[in-house]
Amino acid sequence: MTAVAPPDVPRSTASAIGWQQIVLPLATLAAGVGIWDLVVRIGHLPPYVLPAPGVVAATLVKDWSLLWGSLLVTLATTFEGLALAVIGGTGLAILFNQSRLIEYSLYPYAVILQVTPIVAIAPLLLIYLPQQAAVLACAWIVAFFPVLANTTLGLNSVDRNLADLFEIYGASRLSVLMRLKLPSALPYMLGGLKIAGGLSLIGAVVAEIAAGSAGAGSGLAYRIAEAGYRLDIPRMFAALILLSAAGVAIFFALSAVAWLLLRRWHESAVERER
Amino acid sequence: MTLALPTDQSVVALEGVTKHFASGTLALAGVDLAIAGGEFVSILGPSGCGKSTALRLIAGLGEPTAGAISWRGTKPGAPRNGLDVGFVFQEPTLMPWATVARNVGLPLALAGVAPDIAGKRVAQALERVGLGQFRGAYPRELSGGMKMRVAIARALVTDPPLLLMDEPFAALDEITRFKLNDDLIALWHAVGNTVVFVTHSVFESVYLSSRIVVMTPRPGRVHADLAIDAPLPRDESFRTSAEYAGYCRTVSQALARAMAQTGDRP
Repeated sequence: MTAVAPPDVPRSTASAIGWQQIVLPLATLAAGVGIWDLVVRIGHLPPYVLPAPGVVAATLVKDWSLLWGSLLVTLATTFEGLALAVIGGTGLAILFNQSRLIEYSLYPYAVILQVTPIVAIAPLLLIYLPQQAAVLACAWIVAFFPVLANTTLGLNSVDRNLADLFEIYGASRLSVLMRLKLPSALPYMLGGLKIAGGLSLIGAVVAEIAAGSAGAGSGLAYRIAEAGYRLDIPRMFAALILLSAAGVAIFFALSAVAWLLLRRWHESAVERER
Repeated sequence: MTLALPTDQSVVALEGVTKHFASGTLALAGVDLAIAGGEFVSILGPSGCGKSTALRLIAGLGEPTAGAISWRGTKPGAPRNGLDVGFVFQEPTLMPWATVARNVGLPLALAGVAPDIAGKRVAQALERVGLGQFRGAYPRELSGGMKMRVAIARALVTDPPLLLMDEPFAALDEITRFKLNDDLIALWHAVGNTVVFVTHSVFESVYLSSRIVVMTPRPGRVHADLAIDAPLPRDESFRTSAEYAGYCRTVSQALARAMAQTGDRP
């Protein structure tokens, strides 16, 4: 994906803007790390109050095998939660679309599940479910609603004339769903997926921290909680950086999936020729 | 090429068709209209005269509140075969996610026609509208006129005895519209099917039709039924002929009288 230049901007300027989009955030990052380092040096802050960037980097290298293993555990939960959210959210949206009665019966509870803070639900889930299932359930609960809401919107946004055309040709309900409604809904579903990816990670982290206080666990969020109890602040920072990087990577991966699926036909992914 | 001559037997007939919408609008009030095989009938009227409603009822989209629509060889009100009509909307109404070939092949796919047979018929339909080279293109890559050609190819791919068109060229520029008018006449001539064409343009209806049905607005009733006996096929020279001008005057006057009936002037 390249940046869309404002109209009237010549191509050379447009590519310069593309460069600036990469260079400027990196410069901000460098400046931020520099100030952070300066504050630690001038204030003579001990590592258990605020570790210097160099100390965090060293910890990241030193604890890599431990943190990497934990990251994989958290990512596994995130992707399992996301997969279940896509299956559950899309499935429910299709069900709602096919039957008004089911929609009226269940939709309010989907909303309630969404608006109740996951931090408050997680401890309860940990009581009633095995730990791994509870963590997965948390990731699912926060991730499925954007998929459900967006897919529902997409399924209801079918071009009316196209729907009439399918009726004229006597299309079955299944044909209408597979050939008309689902393709129409695809851009909306992919928008929901991008939100759900980040939320699934948040759900997994919340559940791991809640579970961590109850005892076992080996995910990255558990490592943060554990390092906190031990006042190992550099490791907290190292784990946090890994977690953020994972979130960013998930977002870009899902954006790439959306672009690949839509680039031939949908305005959101098509490059404009000038 | 077979020359399409009107036959006595009607392809579809509306008898006392009335349509009352739930919103309270009376769109059609007792419309009687028989469409004979091979005719090119234009339904002409101002917006709000129910001409689109009539076309949609013929296509099977919705039921008349009163009266009946009967198909050749079936009882009044009996459903038609799904492949008996082709429908062209005012917008091209293509699936943006599908290629031109898949868009044109949609009616065949929905009817469960085998892919190899369907592929041949899609290629044939695209050749007929001059888009043989654009099988793999996506709708967004085509111009407005080309999209409309794809929509016409899709309507013709089942070889329907009846082609229904709802102001198909209203959104196009005049140059493209004239070209598509000529192509449509040539197609109708070559295919020999029956066409019902809804329009609000007197000039377009005279140029294309063998018969023009003028409707009154609010509620829609048949006001005049005029034959256009100018020889076929027609071309640009007809557009500048005295005969064409004469028909346009006659039809315009009929339309003006239809409007006057309800006191609703343009």
